[in-house]
Amino acid sequence: MAGRVGFHSDLITDIESPADEEGVHDSFCQLIEEQSHDHHDAIEMTSLELEEESRDDVMHLESPVYLRVDSEEPQHMECLIGGRWSSDTLKVLSSMPSRTIGRSRGAIISQYYNRTLQLRRRRQSRPSIQHFPRSARPSIRGHRVETDADEYEEDDNKRERLVNNLQNLSANDRVRMLRAMPLSLSEKKELRMLVLNKAEHSLSQNQIPCCSQLKYYIIIAVRHGWYGWLSFLSSLQLWQTALKCVGGHFGTGVLSYFLFLRTLLFFNVFLFLVTALFLVVPQAVVAPDPGRNTSVTSLWGLEVLTGAGYFSDSLMYYGYYSHQTLQPKHSCSKSINGTSCGLSYNMPLVYFFTIGAAFFITCIILVYTMSKSFGQSFRIDKSKGLLAIKVFSSWDYKVSKKSSVRLQRANIGTQLKELVAEVNREELKFSVLTRLFRVFIHMLAWLMCLGSTLACVLAVFYFSEHMHKKDVETRTRTSSSDGVMLKEASLLAVPVLVSCINVILPGFFNAVAWMEEYDSPSVLNYVSISRNLLLKVSVLGVLCHHWLGRVASDPEQLGLQCWESFVGQELYRFLLMDFIFMLLDTFFGEFLWRLFSQKALKRKRKPVFDIARNVLELIYGQTLAWLGVLFSPLLPVVQIIKLLFLFYMKKVSLMMNCQASGKPWRASQMTTIFITLLCFPSFLGASVCVTYTMWTMKPSAGCGPFRGLKTMFQAGKLWVQKLAADNPNLSWLASAHSYLVENPLFLFLCAAIFLIVIYFHSQVVDGQRKIIELLQEQIENEGGDKKFLITRLQDIHERKRVVSPRGVRGASEDSSYS
Amino acid sequence: MGNKQTIFTSQQLDAYQDCTYFTRKEILRLFHRYRDLAPQLVPLDYTTGPDVRLPYELIGSMPELKDNPFRQRIAEVFSEDGEGNMTLDDFLDMFSVLSEMAPRDLKAYYAFRIYDFNNDDFICKSDLEKTLNRLTRNELTEDEVRMVCEKVIDEADLDNDGRLSLEDFQHMIVRAPDFLR
Repeated sequence: MAGRVGFHSDLITDIESPADEEGVHDSFCQLIEEQSHDHHDAIEMTSLELEEESRDDVMHLESPVYLRVDSEEPQHMECLIGGRWSSDTLKVLSSMPSRTIGRSRGAIISQYYNRTLQLRRRRQSRPSIQHFPRSARPSIRGHRVETDADEYEEDDNKRERLVNNLQNLSANDRVRMLRAMPLSLSEKKELRMLVLNKAEHSLSQNQIPCCSQLKYYIIIAVRHGWYGWLSFLSSLQLWQTALKCVGGHFGTGVLSYFLFLRTLLFFNVFLFLVTALFLVVPQAVVAPDPGRNTSVTSLWGLEVLTGAGYFSDSLMYYGYYSHQTLQPKHSCSKSINGTSCGLSYNMPLVYFFTIGAAFFITCIILVYTMSKSFGQSFRIDKSKGLLAIKVFSSWDYKVSKKSSVRLQRANIGTQLKELVAEVNREELKFSVLTRLFRVFIHMLAWLMCLGSTLACVLAVFYFSEHMHKKDVETRTRTSSSDGVMLKEASLLAVPVLVSCINVILPGFFNAVAWMEEYDSPSVLNYVSISRNLLLKVSVLGVLCHHWLGRVASDPEQLGLQCWESFVGQELYRFLLMDFIFMLLDTFFGEFLWRLFSQKALKRKRKPVFDIARNVLELIYGQTLAWLGVLFSPLLPVVQIIKLLFLFYMKKVSLMMNCQASGKPWRASQMTTIFITLLCFPSFLGASVCVTYTMWTMKPSAGCGPFRGLKTMFQAGKLWVQKLAADNPNLSWLASAHSYLVENPLFLFLCAAIFLIVIYFHSQVVDGQRKIIELLQEQIENEGGDKKFLITRLQDIHERKRVVSPRGVRGASEDSSYS
Repeated sequence: MGNKQTIFTSQQLDAYQDCTYFTRKEILRLFHRYRDLAPQLVPLDYTTGPDVRLPYELIGSMPELKDNPFRQRIAEVFSEDGEGNMTLDDFLDMFSVLSEMAPRDLKAYYAFRIYDFNNDDFICKSDLEKTLNRLTRNELTEDEVRMVCEKVIDEADLDNDGRLSLEDFQHMIVRAPDFLR
């Protein structure tokens, strides 16, 4: 009997300090033996809600005696929240490792001690031996929780070791660790102070020579400077206040539109800097080409709209740029033979490489942004957890206006209601007729949309052909002053038509979508985005065909000396018209519509900001800008001005006329989709066009940096050949160029390799998905095990207490443990 | 950088910069916001580290928090005394964690504590019910609330103990890219 009680208190002791694994194991064995002698203690297992697998696991531990279930005492294995647990069990439960992680400072400190240890080992800094924990067993190293006696040491001791670890990390890592710790700020400050004191203390102790001390001071000064620079950078952040205001009123959905606008602005600023630095400034500094035709009939006012006239022979367009090697006059005055002066600037080559490099860098930045954004929003297993996620993460903390908050509440409430209703109701058996009817409606809607798109595209095609022919006719006739005005204005006809289509047709698509019934709002979003996208892609495709196929292939028909400048002007006109129509659309669509709906229709709610449509407009404008950079190096400036105007205009219109949307909007997923759309149809299309132009189109003979060459691409080839001729050592460059760059086989090989790598990665992802499922099962099993063990222990304890009076002594012994 | 400000010593500012996600300027701006809540209580000179605590009513009246249904829990979680009365350190800590630069894990940890109304380190059913009621005031009926709670625990509870521990919560949040922006 004494042994029993002794064992009993041993049991509790051993569980409290599980470092002594042997002890635990032994006591458990004893427990099992004990149980096997006492048939009355058999617990009924069938009424327990254990899963089958965990039961099977449990079978290993027990002796087969346990299979004999006794229906004496049904135990209900509910959750572990029962207040029925004795104080001892509760004590045991409360000191379980998994429960102390979130709670006590000590546990957090241990956890971060481990993390810093891992980080140190990873960074391979050289810690001194005495800093390693004494009981660092391989089995628990790298785990999140220390299960040895450290857990019950004094807080100071743990903190001491954490401080040691922090001190040995690099400054960056230390700051990052400090910031990420979930402790309160005052504790973090204390930790930091300890670390710094210790560092200074050890420094002064070691009597470093003076140059190391100087290095130390330099490092501190550099850090101060770095913080100052970061402050400066963050204060420069464009439009931060405005964005916060918008986010507070309308939430993250609308905010994502403005953030996207800002991203586009940065892309254009980058383009502008590159082209300005390498193309515009050198050309502006040197005097213009003497052999150019500078006769210009300028017409007041209309120039800004058409981009022709006075602008047509300026830095703005391709035609202005020289095809020779630029040499500033004054630097050549001293040379004897005059072939090579001090500074020479091979304009065609620079033009070619600048455009190429700008596109390449933009491509890299876009792909990087897209993959980062994609990585954040894509989750491998999307199987369950929708409701939980909705409860915890649908609250948009950015929103601070009262009415928006109320709206958000209503929104979340509706979503939850819908989800619950969905879960509850049975599969709504639509009758065959209803289903067919719905399919029919969908098909009809798609037919209407596609048909209208096709009609508009054909309209653009034939109208542009018509204008082209008319242009040819008018150029053959002599021009009178009235004719000039009309001719200039007729240049605007096609842009106006295209912009009209861009404004009217999305409205039509919205109306069609209203007629249909979609199951979920996100499907509706995707459908409307794809329809709009299709429209814009086809319109742009037709226009590219018109420019490259008609204008560029036969420029003499139009009497053009410089078809590239003409195309540049066309793009300028399109961009401008797009902007003007956006202004008009904002004015009519939002401002007047609000007045109309409030006064005439007497509706309380203001119109809602249509995010998808506006973002697609932005993408369309950006595509035009990218298409036009080759033909008009200053086009990014126009785009920058347009985006700046657009930001403020949309913001003002938003505040005045719109209200927050009642529909849910998954902002991060949508941002990913927008960046993808920017990368794939938009940027890819533009770069394909530009590449096609550079590779196959014959540059005009009368103007521009590539005159006289067969293709623009030849500039690079000629330069390589010239290099090889001048310097025989570099002849390999010429042959490498002809084999690698011009040979399509090389490109095919590269593409094949990329595809294989992508395939491998997708297989890895599949494998990881399977592993995740297995791990989830395992966690469930462990949970079942835990429940089982605790209830059993509780049960045994209760019996002992009831059965023997010495159980009271055992209890009093236990209470002496903290 | 070299700005003459006498509110904090430079060591204090460095400490704040290292321990929060804010820059110097932002810290000073936040100090002024803190002070504006109660100018007579908060001294302009923090070099001596005075012990000043602003009561919850003042914190809860800030425009960022005023309409947030969880403002009381937020204040309680970040305050030292657990009642919502915040010192400057607590104030800075709160905004640092809620800012955009804080990593998701840190936010998840504090979110868990915010949603844990009874401070027992688990989100049990009653906590969930309270959360839902604050999220959607009077929109859902009793039955619906109960159903949603059951379903949430069903979905998110990995070890099947009937309530959500910190790991369960973090595991779920990892799958939600829209969390706490």
